[in-house]
Amino acid sequence: MKQVDPGRNFADWREAARSLLESEVPPAEVIWERPGQGSLFGAAALAPPPGRASFKVPAEFVELARSAICHADPRRWALLYRILWRLVKGGEKHLLEIVSDPDIARARLLAKNVRREIHKMHAFVRFRKIGETDAGRERYVAWFEPDHEVIAAATPFFRDRFANMDWSIFSPKGCAHWIDNELKFTPGVATNPCDNPDELEEIWRTYYRSIFNPARLKEQMMKSEMPKRYWKNLPEASLIPELIESSCRRVDDMLVEPERGVRPAPNNRYLKGLQEMSAPFGDGTAPLERTPLADLSRMVDACRACPLWERATCAVFGRGPENARLMIVGEQPGDQEDLRGQPFVGPAGQFLDRALAEAKVDRASAYVTNAVKHFKWEPRGKLRLHKNPGRAEVEACKPWLLAELNTVGPAVLILLGGTAAASLLGPQVKVTQHRGLVAAPHLAAKVILTVHPSYLLRIPDPARKEEEYQRFVADLSLACEPG
Amino acid sequence: MRTMSVSEKLAILADAAKYDASCASSGANQRDSRDGKGVGSAGGSGICHSYAPDGRCISLLKVLLTNSCIYDCHYCINRRSSNVRRAAFTPDEVIDLTLDFYKRNYIEGLFLSSGIIRTADHTMEQVVSVARRLREEHDFRGYIHLKTIPEASGELIEQAARYADRISINLELPTQVSLDKLAPEKNLGRTKQAMGRIRLKLEDAADRRKTGDRALRHATGQSTQVIVGADESTDADFLARADELYGSYKLKRVYYSAFSPIPEPSKILPLAAPPLVREHRLYQADWLLRHYGFGVGEILPVEAPNLDLNIDPKLSWALRNRQDFPMNVQTAPRERLLRVPGLGVKNVDRLLQIRRHTLVRLADLTRLRVSLKKVMPFLITADHFPSAGLLDGDRLIARLAPRPQQMELFAR
Repeated sequence: MKQVDPGRNFADWREAARSLLESEVPPAEVIWERPGQGSLFGAAALAPPPGRASFKVPAEFVELARSAICHADPRRWALLYRILWRLVKGGEKHLLEIVSDPDIARARLLAKNVRREIHKMHAFVRFRKIGETDAGRERYVAWFEPDHEVIAAATPFFRDRFANMDWSIFSPKGCAHWIDNELKFTPGVATNPCDNPDELEEIWRTYYRSIFNPARLKEQMMKSEMPKRYWKNLPEASLIPELIESSCRRVDDMLVEPERGVRPAPNNRYLKGLQEMSAPFGDGTAPLERTPLADLSRMVDACRACPLWERATCAVFGRGPENARLMIVGEQPGDQEDLRGQPFVGPAGQFLDRALAEAKVDRASAYVTNAVKHFKWEPRGKLRLHKNPGRAEVEACKPWLLAELNTVGPAVLILLGGTAAASLLGPQVKVTQHRGLVAAPHLAAKVILTVHPSYLLRIPDPARKEEEYQRFVADLSLACEPG
Repeated sequence: MRTMSVSEKLAILADAAKYDASCASSGANQRDSRDGKGVGSAGGSGICHSYAPDGRCISLLKVLLTNSCIYDCHYCINRRSSNVRRAAFTPDEVIDLTLDFYKRNYIEGLFLSSGIIRTADHTMEQVVSVARRLREEHDFRGYIHLKTIPEASGELIEQAARYADRISINLELPTQVSLDKLAPEKNLGRTKQAMGRIRLKLEDAADRRKTGDRALRHATGQSTQVIVGADESTDADFLARADELYGSYKLKRVYYSAFSPIPEPSKILPLAAPPLVREHRLYQADWLLRHYGFGVGEILPVEAPNLDLNIDPKLSWALRNRQDFPMNVQTAPRERLLRVPGLGVKNVDRLLQIRRHTLVRLADLTRLRVSLKKVMPFLITADHFPSAGLLDGDRLIARLAPRPQQMELFAR
């Protein structure tokens, strides 16, 4: 048997383990033990064998060991050496991936406990202000009693967060000091050297008392997240017994309190404005008589003719001048249109803009709208996937489209895609068969039927895409031709 | 009137803020104060600096700027019809408290909200100015969560997003019918539109950070809260709304807050025990939506719009779908294993890794700290095949359902 000193930290243990591995000492022959204070029988230093053999371990092991080595469990060094041996000498190169292996499960548990202790140190250290330096830097101290050797690992967090204060954290397992932008570690101390309360602690307790809701006492939940062993160094913890003890009475008092009536709304312009905004405009149906667009766009919000409004952000009404010569009808708003409340502002809209410009059609002077005013979608991963509106939804929305048509009375009407065609020309009209000029004088003097720009966006082959795009532009430019 | 001390104000304005369940301090853009003048760091997972006996974490200084309010939401202690004592912080008082608490490591930052005073814009201006001064005058780099008001101007919401790490608008109730009854000033449509605008701003900022402006200071997420048990809404109403909000506005979280007794109860809304178990089940179901690939319709079939309070929603689903089990831990794909009661996302991923190298046995599950009692009826391992009878009949429910528990508070 070989007695080996694991040293004070990860680097020491790594050096010792490396030497053992190079000398091919199996784990069962090693006793890992820190030399007792003043012990005469200090462990013999290991002489590294001549010509160091090189071996590789996965970075993941180094990370695991670095955490687990901080655990207070006296078997941690042997456990980690055994894992190292199995990785390097045992040929178990996938060992770390088998997290249910007894050794790996144990090491991971130790590492997890250590990470948790670091996290709890970040949470439960309580600084007390003790003054200011001559240079005007505030000076703080804290006392913390961790179960594991986490002071060094937990300190960078405090340095990064409190870089512009001077502070010391004292603990039995080592002390850390950040003074004048320099981090220093000193040996642990047995008792708290600065045990004077900070005046802010009383105000902190006031906060703790007030933020507690006595109607939902969950003592166990608190204790599992904030174990009792930390309480003695937390200024707020002294309140816990009285808060628990008084909670029932406080709730009983609330339950017997007389109910308050409703006080009338104050005479406030803002509240009146809210009421007006919320009140439905119209009865939810599209008017048959010619109605200004501004009114129509408010009326459509109250429409419940199909269920699409429920999961849409808002009704997306048409945009453009009331006396537009050209009206363009698409299918339905998409994700971006739904959020912005405007038609054709997403990818398809940008594509349409480009094509219109190429066809020398001025979009700003056109009235642009959709056959269906609400976005129909289903979730697909993190995206909202567009779903084609059904026949019933198109029919339900048709009165609004007719109302827009009635108000704008365009000379030229462009229908983009099958849904717009189905709505205004009937389901028997197919874009593939009737593309181009369509005779529908009841709608407008000139009616053009073409594809929807999102169809073009979906064509994968660039050459065909370009070809279809040119056809689309040609269709759009029919709008400019006289007659 | 005698002026109140900061401590008196804090007692009132923290009490007024405690019904907001949101506590997250995670997901902010990574930063520290080493190259600055002030204090603070953020990024990664947040820290819960303390826990109150209600089991809720204390991560942020959660206060209202004032609890005066012109709205009349009947579940709220601060509504205008309540006779609660009113107070208002000055911006300096909130700033000092935040910094003083922060430097002592009591908190991760500030969660600031306010009663509505005069108008939405006026209120938002006050809230935003506290955040702006913390950032600009004090170089505060800790976490800031600002509550926003749907009716506030786009400009003010944009400023809030610039100074905060998270912004939120509380929906409170899942339908307009319920809002009309209990929170007459609130509007579902306007709330959704505001959430939509916020989503666009958050995405725009994330894009700008990716494409070069790495130091851009901007909020990274939005969340909301709904109150459970104050209205007639079913769990299906809550989950369908949550599912929509996650999908449409990319909310980081929907918080479910059991309606709990308040001082100054409203005639419109009688007090009752807070439905804490229901709240817990809703969180579990919400988790299944977001991390386990369940749809609302799978968790709550049309004929049963409320969650079973006795067993968790995944077990409940499994019992309705026994034909899918038992599943072989060695061969079942990830999305199927995620449906096994008792297996969480982490353990499923570990099992996928382990089974590439070795046969999975019950002892492996034990070492992963999986409850064997829970998974054994549903899972085939190298050394276990559930007996046919195990999945049948009511015996399974009897075996897995916990014995009825007494409510801690109200069963007296």
